[in-house]
Amino acid sequence: MPSNVSAPATGERRHRRSLAGHIERVLPRLVVAPSLGVALFFVYGYMLWTFLLSLTNSRMLPQYDFVGFAQYARLFANERWHVAATNLVVFGGLFIVSCLVIGLLLAVFLDQRIRQEGALRTVYLYPMALSLIVTGVVWRWLLNPGLGIQAMVRGWGFEDFTFNWLVDSDMAIYTLVIAAVWQASGFVMALFLAGLRSIDDSLFQAAALDGASLPRIYTRIVLPSLRPVVFSAVMILAHIAIKSFDLVMALTGGGPGYATDLPATFMYAHTFTRGQIGLGSASAIMMLCGVLAILVPYLYSELRGQRHG
Amino acid sequence: MANMVRRHTTSARLWRAGLYTLLIVAALVYLLPLVVMLLTSLKPLDDIRAGGLLSLPSTISFEAWSKAWSSACTGMRCDGMSGYFLNSIAIVVPAVAISSFVGALNGYVLTKWRFRGANLCFALLLFGCFVPFQVVLMPMARTLGWLGLASSTSGLVLVHVVYGIAFTTLFFRNYYVSIPDEMIAAAKLDGAGFWRIFWRILLPVSGPIITVTVIWQFTQIWNDFLFGVSFAGFDSQPVTVALNNMVNTSTGVKEYNVDMAAAMIAALPTLVVYVLAGKYFVRGLTAGSVKG
Repeated sequence: MPSNVSAPATGERRHRRSLAGHIERVLPRLVVAPSLGVALFFVYGYMLWTFLLSLTNSRMLPQYDFVGFAQYARLFANERWHVAATNLVVFGGLFIVSCLVIGLLLAVFLDQRIRQEGALRTVYLYPMALSLIVTGVVWRWLLNPGLGIQAMVRGWGFEDFTFNWLVDSDMAIYTLVIAAVWQASGFVMALFLAGLRSIDDSLFQAAALDGASLPRIYTRIVLPSLRPVVFSAVMILAHIAIKSFDLVMALTGGGPGYATDLPATFMYAHTFTRGQIGLGSASAIMMLCGVLAILVPYLYSELRGQRHG
Repeated sequence: MANMVRRHTTSARLWRAGLYTLLIVAALVYLLPLVVMLLTSLKPLDDIRAGGLLSLPSTISFEAWSKAWSSACTGMRCDGMSGYFLNSIAIVVPAVAISSFVGALNGYVLTKWRFRGANLCFALLLFGCFVPFQVVLMPMARTLGWLGLASSTSGLVLVHVVYGIAFTTLFFRNYYVSIPDEMIAAAKLDGAGFWRIFWRILLPVSGPIITVTVIWQFTQIWNDFLFGVSFAGFDSQPVTVALNNMVNTSTGVKEYNVDMAAAMIAALPTLVVYVLAGKYFVRGLTAGSVKG
């Protein structure tokens, strides 16, 4: 390092200072450069790479004989992909709506000067700290017809009680919804509660003075002002739904059969266990398109909102 | 908020009673899985077959816990969760430390040393928060192979650092934005340079955001399954992968109490962090998800 040179001449010192100044000027860029490089390679480069793989005939190992969009054609003709995509719509839709409704209700109720609010909040939110694998393992136990909730209720004397969705291929997808809502609804509650707390008190008092009833205040004043929260909650939940993998693996394993396959498990199975890398890559690209389809409108409205103040 | 007009009428009192009942019932529903998991892990197998989900154990036994820890079978091997638990620690500690430090530096540069294109740079980094990881799995598997890191703990550390930077940068950037630029300008006038300002001015006030970031990263990486199952070898599997293997191992009698004890073991670290530092956990969740 130049600063270790002892007793430099004046001219040399000036030169050194400008060198130091130069380093100082580029230093910030140097510090960020590795992260940017990492992102360019490991995120954008890989996206391109996977896209290229999706245009090839790769099976057990990646190879680069391009076959155009043949894998996408195969994908859309694939029965199992149809099941996975339909499941995502059903699972995602129910998951998002249930989380929003439960989260909003809990937040509004908690916002009524409740004693022990902190403790209740902690209880509603703790599942979010758990691994989805743990969630899946626990719910698989609860939903196990022989020893779980069904057996418990039958033990109470309701002999005909049936709750065997886990092993019913038409209903198994709803067990995913139950477990996922249990895990994430407390988080939505926290988002809404933060939104409610940021609403100006005076708005409330003015409306109350005007004689508006409580439900009316909520539907007319509070809910509209929570719109941005709903918007970001939907985006986060949709994102969670598209990426859902762990929960399926631990709760249903995609079964019975492939009744509870989601795109994420479809992609994993074809890429890593069925030796269909080309097809798996095409499904990964479709998942990316799904994320972009929710992300782009979101970012667009965010930016527009900022511009308009 | 919710400054309700307080009327001490019967209907108002009924409404309060209903409100509390509802909230408490909801709390019980949220708690049920955890309670069942704990109860089951403490029961002998006979109790599980005889009693219901919520029946109390006839004798409290930690046998299932000790078996889950040291001798239960996960796939081919039967030495419990302990090794995988340590694997997770070996992955989490360096990955959290490196990604948090890099995120702090990025956040510092992107707010206090803004250069042309800094915004674009941030936007490019930020997309890493949204990319579905399925898109990177196959290329990453190839890259780890070329680097000689396939199936290794170091490989998993690399993966978690690479995809954690987007979040840590977001956290630190949003925190440092609110620190007045005048402080930095004054320090610059006093001759403080890039590193000095970072160590002496920014870091000392970064306590809360460091806590938020470390907790967020810890929870994310500890709970990761996708990267673990895709890239880990037999000797580097994290605890989530081991748990899933154990539960899906179908040799001999299914020991539900051992499964539940194993699930508790996998869940305890993040649960403890949540109970001790819930405030920071929630802040990470909301900051990490409600954009910048």
